[in-house]
Amino acid sequence: MGTSDTFKTATFSGENLTCRRGGRMVFAGLGFTIPTGGALVLRGPNGSGKTTLLRLMAGLARPTAGRLLWSGAALEDPEAHGRHLRFIGHLDAIKPAFTVRENLAFWVAFWGRDDGLIGRAMEAFGLAALADFPARLLSAGQRHRLALARLVASPAPLWLLDEPANALDDRSLGALTDTIAAHRARGGMVVLASHGADLASGGATLALDKFAPTDAAQWTDL
Amino acid sequence: MHRFANPTQFMRIANAIYPWAAGLCVLLFAAAIPIALVFSPPDYQQGDTVRIMYVHVSSAWLMMMIYGIIAANSAMFLIWRHPMANLMAKASAPMGAIFCALALITGMLWGKPMWGAFWVWDARLTSTLILFFLYLGYIALSDAFEDSERGDKAAAILALVGSVNIPIIHFSVEWWNTLHQPSIIKDGNMSVDPALRLPLFLMMGAFTMFYFAVLILRLRSELLAAKIRNARLSQVADASAPQPAE
Amino acid sequence: MSAFTALLARDLHLALRQSADSFTVVAFFAIATVLFPFGVGPEAEVLARIAAGVLWVAALLAALLSLDRVFTVDFEDGSLDQLLLNGQSLTLMVLAKVAAHWLTTGVPLIIMSPVMAVTLQLPAEGYGVLVLALILGTPTVSLIGALGAALVLGSRRGGVLLSLLVLPLYIPVLIFGTAAVEAAITGMPSGPMLSVLAGLALIAVTLCPLGTAAALRQAAE
Repeated sequence: MGTSDTFKTATFSGENLTCRRGGRMVFAGLGFTIPTGGALVLRGPNGSGKTTLLRLMAGLARPTAGRLLWSGAALEDPEAHGRHLRFIGHLDAIKPAFTVRENLAFWVAFWGRDDGLIGRAMEAFGLAALADFPARLLSAGQRHRLALARLVASPAPLWLLDEPANALDDRSLGALTDTIAAHRARGGMVVLASHGADLASGGATLALDKFAPTDAAQWTDL
Repeated sequence: MHRFANPTQFMRIANAIYPWAAGLCVLLFAAAIPIALVFSPPDYQQGDTVRIMYVHVSSAWLMMMIYGIIAANSAMFLIWRHPMANLMAKASAPMGAIFCALALITGMLWGKPMWGAFWVWDARLTSTLILFFLYLGYIALSDAFEDSERGDKAAAILALVGSVNIPIIHFSVEWWNTLHQPSIIKDGNMSVDPALRLPLFLMMGAFTMFYFAVLILRLRSELLAAKIRNARLSQVADASAPQPAE
Repeated sequence: MSAFTALLARDLHLALRQSADSFTVVAFFAIATVLFPFGVGPEAEVLARIAAGVLWVAALLAALLSLDRVFTVDFEDGSLDQLLLNGQSLTLMVLAKVAAHWLTTGVPLIIMSPVMAVTLQLPAEGYGVLVLALILGTPTVSLIGALGAALVLGSRRGGVLLSLLVLPLYIPVLIFGTAAVEAAITGMPSGPMLSVLAGLALIAVTLCPLGTAAALRQAAE
């Protein structure tokens, strides 16, 4: 899959999603739809369930109720759903003993993509000069950029990004905005949990506090 | 099956069962203890020592039955996510461990006059000891996480793994035992004399009813504890929740 | 390159970069074995009698030490989430991790075992079967161990808890592994015990990865 290709037309949506963690209802009755090339920005105060929702969308967590749909078809098998998406969370999944290039190359091979895009991915996030550096020498911002470079190195239609602007300087922020725009132009979809910067112009916004259950319903017996 | 998953529904049934289980437990003990300790005849070989059997066999029966109950409930919890199945398994585990310990202790006390030593590596005693470790592992694992849900699920998987392994371990130990101690220790007369059978069955029934009665009490207190926890949590949440702007 | 080979290659590569880890396990195996003559005395007959059992117990404990890290590092640095999102069978991924563990700890232990057997005066007839029994038994050790490691992932007392969970499950392997060597020493056929070890490995390879995958998915949730 080259960069110039577009993704097959796909949409991603969720219906009536409810999530309970540690006996507490985080959100209930939440729904969303992302059209082809669309973006969704998750907003809400701490504890409103942004990370939880992203992990749910990735299939890493299961909703207590409700379902996710890929191009209108319910996602039955969370394992197969992994093929549709890239998830960048708070942890960067970087092996300090490997070089920058080796770190990228492993994930590209693991996800079954060919390695033609590794160079371009490193360039996109200003890592080309660091390609043969051991990752243990990277700064926090550089590590985060390396994690983000996986998005370019091994394409997938849906990106789930948890606070992607964290620890990024202005230039990298610009690179990320451009990358997201290019991804959407090819028909890719993006979900962002974000406090600050507007990384996806024209994207829909989902305010999670609207789906916080009322006090009476928030606590369940078990 | 699925309607038992609702805690309120489940507890209504459990509370209806409770007086019967507790009452039967008292009645059966009242009948079993005098018969077992006084009126039943001593064994022609073992003498009065055989009376340990009533406690030993009953404990051994419960330790196995409870593991079965834990495994079955763990499966239901993992497949259908029934919260009550999880509570049943969690509430049963310490009791299973205690009956396992009781079976070990009475087995050792019985072993002293029979074999001349408190501990021999008899196949059944050894298997019981391993089952005891499995119980300890289950209890330790379910309590090892900050997030109790994670502990519940990990312990449920462990219970299923254990239920696959118990027969394998049992046969291995049995084989190992015959390999190393051929014909030194015979099973003795495991065919129980009819005169001893009645008190044994009464005692096993009493133990079983005791388990059910205590299980219901434990489930009740577990549910109450969950209610208190939630009440506390909601206080914290009320105090710290951002006030909606409207 | 498939996900399986990619992951296996990565873990072997990492183990090579951090080869001190594998070395530590083998060193532990050696020192644990060496302690026994101090405990029971240096008489050749006594040592020869217990050699097979001592080697197996020491190998189990050594493997246990390394199990703690099978998934912990990936769990803590976020790699586990990414591994779960490979869009393919999770059990295959688990098998790759187990294979890597076996190659980096099981195989060094197998290579080291005849050397340690010499110090324990193992009779000459026992060596071949000892190595064969370890080859058939250590994969089971890695498979069951990985399941235990996945279960305790993120718990408060990982390592100690892991031994409590896993050691009872190792008893069948220990029984038949030791019995095979003892049979060889006493001139009995050791084939049946080796077959049982192979059987245990087959059961473990079909069931353990399923449990491990389920445990990993829950650890990520």
